[in-house]
Amino acid sequence: MLKQQVGAAVVVTKANVIVFLLLFIAATLGSVNAAVLQPDRIDVLYHSYNGGGMDIDGPAILLRKKTSETFAVSAYYYVDSISSASVDVMSTASPYAEKRNEAQLGVEYLHEKTIVDFSIKQSDEDDYLSKSVNFNVSQDTFGDLTNVSLGLAYADNTVKRNGDEFFEEQSQQYRLRAAISQILTRNLSVSVNLEAVADEGYLNNPYRSVRYIDNDQASGVAYQGEVYPNTRNSFTTKLSASYYLPYRAALFFHYRHFSDSWQIDASDVELSYRHPIGESFELEAKVRYYQQTQASFYSDLFPYKDAQNFLARDKELSEFDDITLGFGVTYVIPAKYSFADLKSEASLQWDHIQFDYKNFRDPTAEGGVGAEPFYNFSANVVRLFYSVYF
Amino acid sequence: MRMKNKLALLFVSCVMSQLSACSSLAIEPWVKPYERQNLADPIMSNNRHPIANMHIAHVYEARESARGAEAAGGGGCGCN
Repeated sequence: MLKQQVGAAVVVTKANVIVFLLLFIAATLGSVNAAVLQPDRIDVLYHSYNGGGMDIDGPAILLRKKTSETFAVSAYYYVDSISSASVDVMSTASPYAEKRNEAQLGVEYLHEKTIVDFSIKQSDEDDYLSKSVNFNVSQDTFGDLTNVSLGLAYADNTVKRNGDEFFEEQSQQYRLRAAISQILTRNLSVSVNLEAVADEGYLNNPYRSVRYIDNDQASGVAYQGEVYPNTRNSFTTKLSASYYLPYRAALFFHYRHFSDSWQIDASDVELSYRHPIGESFELEAKVRYYQQTQASFYSDLFPYKDAQNFLARDKELSEFDDITLGFGVTYVIPAKYSFADLKSEASLQWDHIQFDYKNFRDPTAEGGVGAEPFYNFSANVVRLFYSVYF
Repeated sequence: MRMKNKLALLFVSCVMSQLSACSSLAIEPWVKPYERQNLADPIMSNNRHPIANMHIAHVYEARESARGAEAAGGGGCGCN
């Protein structure tokens, strides 16, 4: 029954994607001039995530360069150094450390009011390899009050398990996006983003287990590997608004709704505010709230072994909410102190995220099987970066 | 279900074709180009700090089930 539900709706098919793209490209032909490519810049970042027994940090670099008024290239390189002793790991395994490298190359082409961009990306870990391609077309229209865009992406993933050289599984992901941005007044613009994502293949985390009641064990509980469905389809809608305040400050709002074939419904809402001080400083503050329901096959404690077709105890698939408070400051460095007199900026951003799980218990806590307190943790996320425009 | 999806996609595509066609009919933009200096101010840019946006999108996608409809994100697992 459950298998039928999760396998039912194939939202993104090759035929649909081709029809959609051809019609969109046909619709955008024959327009006249105005859009521009983003300015040349280089960003160097140090990032850090600390919370829930996990420490992740590393550098990243992003380069964008126009080779002409109509053509630009970009390159992005990102490193995660991970040291994990999270609650999932501590209940059934040992702490571990690993590294993830991500590299992305992109090209952008501007033709009159249309921008086409194409990028390839690879993310590489000891036990996970993801290769993806991404294609996007955007078009200014209605006297440039409106911008419409369409995009699609494909990713091919290889999942391995450290310590088991014979384990290797595959999964694929298809993404189809559409967006429309609209200037409503001289101070207000809004946008709607839609995205359908379809996954197929091995979608489990190969290290995680579910727990079930087993009175033959002294602890009263035993573990078995998770079993996920082989397909997952989701649809996401995001509404955004940006408002210019009369004393030169900016207010941003977004609301996003997500639902998928695993019966997870989620939504998040974010309000952020950007306030310049003089010519040199910009302050930012944000608050974000997120909540989700559980996957249909999630349980913190199953009544017996093989209790249902699909089994999961990932806390990311449980019912939970989180709230983020974020602050940032950007310092616009005077040209005389900047490298080669180029315009540059230094920024520091800090987010504090509090996660509260509603039906995921902390198995390392006291209280007896199935009566432990619900898990919660907080994380601090820091980004320190330097941007140069040239 | 697949037929329904195809019809929905065709409908959206047709709407977009019509929108594009309208742009050539000289519809008067109600916010003139010279009235857009506030919206063009760098502080109004959603993508003012692209490298930071990519990072925070990745953090949320690794910790939460929701995904998609963001300008950035994805890439690897980092989910234990």
